[in-house]
Amino acid sequence: MAEITMREAISQALWEEMERDERVFIMGEEVGLWGGTYAVTRNFYDHFGAERVRDTPIAEGVIVGAANGAAMAGLRPVAELMTINFAFLAMDQIVNGSAKIRAMFGGQFTVPIVIRAVGGGGRQLGATHSQTPDVVFAHFPGMKVIAPGTPYDAKGLLKAAIRTDDPVLFIENATMYQSKGEVPDGDYVEPIGVSKVQREGSDVTIITYSKGLQLSLQAAEELSSEGIEAQIIDLRSLRPLDLGPAIESLKQTNRAVIVEEGWRSYGVGAEVAARLYEEAFDYIDSPLKRVAQVEVPLPYNRELEQMALPQIGDIVKAVREVL
Amino acid sequence: MEAQEDLQLNLNEESLLEMYGLIVLSRRLDERTWVLHRQGKIAFHISGIGHEAAQVGAAMALRRGQDWVVPYYRDLAMMLALGLTPKEFMLGVMGKKGEPSSGARQMPSHWSIRRMNVVSHSSPVATQTPHASGIGLAIKMRGDDAIVLTSIGEGATSQGAWYEAVNWAAIHKLPVVFMVENNLYAISVRQDRQMAVEHVADKAAGLGLPGVTVDGLDALAVHRAISEAAARARAGDGPTLVEAMVQRMTPHSSDDDDRSYRPRAELEALKAQDPVRLQRDKLMDMGLLSEQAETEVQERAAAQVEEAIKFAASAPYPEVSEASYPVYAGDRADG
Repeated sequence: MAEITMREAISQALWEEMERDERVFIMGEEVGLWGGTYAVTRNFYDHFGAERVRDTPIAEGVIVGAANGAAMAGLRPVAELMTINFAFLAMDQIVNGSAKIRAMFGGQFTVPIVIRAVGGGGRQLGATHSQTPDVVFAHFPGMKVIAPGTPYDAKGLLKAAIRTDDPVLFIENATMYQSKGEVPDGDYVEPIGVSKVQREGSDVTIITYSKGLQLSLQAAEELSSEGIEAQIIDLRSLRPLDLGPAIESLKQTNRAVIVEEGWRSYGVGAEVAARLYEEAFDYIDSPLKRVAQVEVPLPYNRELEQMALPQIGDIVKAVREVL
Repeated sequence: MEAQEDLQLNLNEESLLEMYGLIVLSRRLDERTWVLHRQGKIAFHISGIGHEAAQVGAAMALRRGQDWVVPYYRDLAMMLALGLTPKEFMLGVMGKKGEPSSGARQMPSHWSIRRMNVVSHSSPVATQTPHASGIGLAIKMRGDDAIVLTSIGEGATSQGAWYEAVNWAAIHKLPVVFMVENNLYAISVRQDRQMAVEHVADKAAGLGLPGVTVDGLDALAVHRAISEAAARARAGDGPTLVEAMVQRMTPHSSDDDDRSYRPRAELEALKAQDPVRLQRDKLMDMGLLSEQAETEVQERAAAQVEEAIKFAASAPYPEVSEASYPVYAGDRADG
């Protein structure tokens, strides 16, 4: 085991998969010579060469579109979008291409691509560079949407994403590249679509993922000092969405808070709460609470931005309310 | 004269007659499908009437089954030339079980047939062009001996996706032939309201690849242009834009009524330049097609069409359960 950053974990997964399978290659803006906007592919260009670490024009539509084509023809592209906000320029290729090609053509063609995209706010990048629109992509059958909250999961899930024959959107939170965690030496793969208990507790269930996990873990420490022990369930992937561990936890706690960085309306919390009411109504003793982003385009000013983003204090408050 | 050169260089008598037979077959199949729609027997048809000669000329310039083809919805004649059968087409328009493109999941004429290396777009136009560039990239990276032909209407060359994909193929000299079937209409919008250039081929200059315009009513002219473009692609010299000037002799689709935007006289005038008749006359001039042979070609096509309709009409519909797969890799495979 070694303690490494999220950035290193993602980088290692890519490097090891490219060493393992020569069909895997990277394409995107600034991924090659420059080493990636967030330095995830630093040194890749020198090691793997320009053919497998491909700098592209500023044209998100063809980054994903050509990746779809190359995947249909037998390669396993990893297409990098500098930010998930630019994915809207590639929306048709994701929604009508990646997600649908297998079903639409009766299984004749598969699209084993990974779209890596950086998401999330908190870096003072303004309304169109700071969104957390994860649910938009999770809406579409045919896609898999992964958003890890720890280096361990980032590495194991990215490897799984590259190996699966389905198209995957892999969302990395822009503020988490430096966060550290234990990662085993050598090759390992985490299953896609299996959520995970990240903290034990028996008083309340917190269901979250990605940046929300980091915030929830800190909120849980604060609550612990008051004698409240939260069990934290990390969804890890939004599609497929696994609520098994959350329901198991609810059977014991009977209370839950759902934490996400994106907007509340039609969000992850909405989907999770609806399913918990459908599938685990008998175990719920208090109305479920959602912690999410204030519904405004995210401001640039630091104070305004932080006001709009979910904070540790919001989670603590929501937990107290459901108890 | 040029036709004689083709006869000597690329195509023998037999293949010229094969081309003509495919053009006639496509026309009969297409016309009959309009009738099925008007009779309320099918839900949707999108026509290639007026495009047939260009499509067959293009397909015959490829190594069929080895090269990749990323077509669009007007390419019935091209698909027949690549090996689609009339029965398979009829299963498609009738939405029957086992339809080869999608098992009746996708709209008709969205061709995707693995055995022919054919995969098409999702319906929004020009989305196939980035796929073609990506397939070209895969061919180049794997060192495969193949090229990609992708086709599109002139209307869709207004899309950003088209520019992005052609630009990218040009940068990397990918083995792609970008064929544009220019029928002058984007549904109801005429070419002069779609672009400021005179020819779609002119757009190639801004993207750094050769662009040529050919008479798409002449199968041999298109065959020649696509053969040259394919040879460039195969030699590693990069993509070519080939614009074939064709005619749309029908409304855009069975959901369209063109009377509001297209003068009847204009349509009437097109009949004098019907590509089926032009190919027939040419073959007769060359002494390759007798009156009797012409009658046989027509009768054979008509018989194939009727047989296909009979076959598809009696075929079963998909099971309702077939709607739920194959969405993901782990799902039950389509038998």
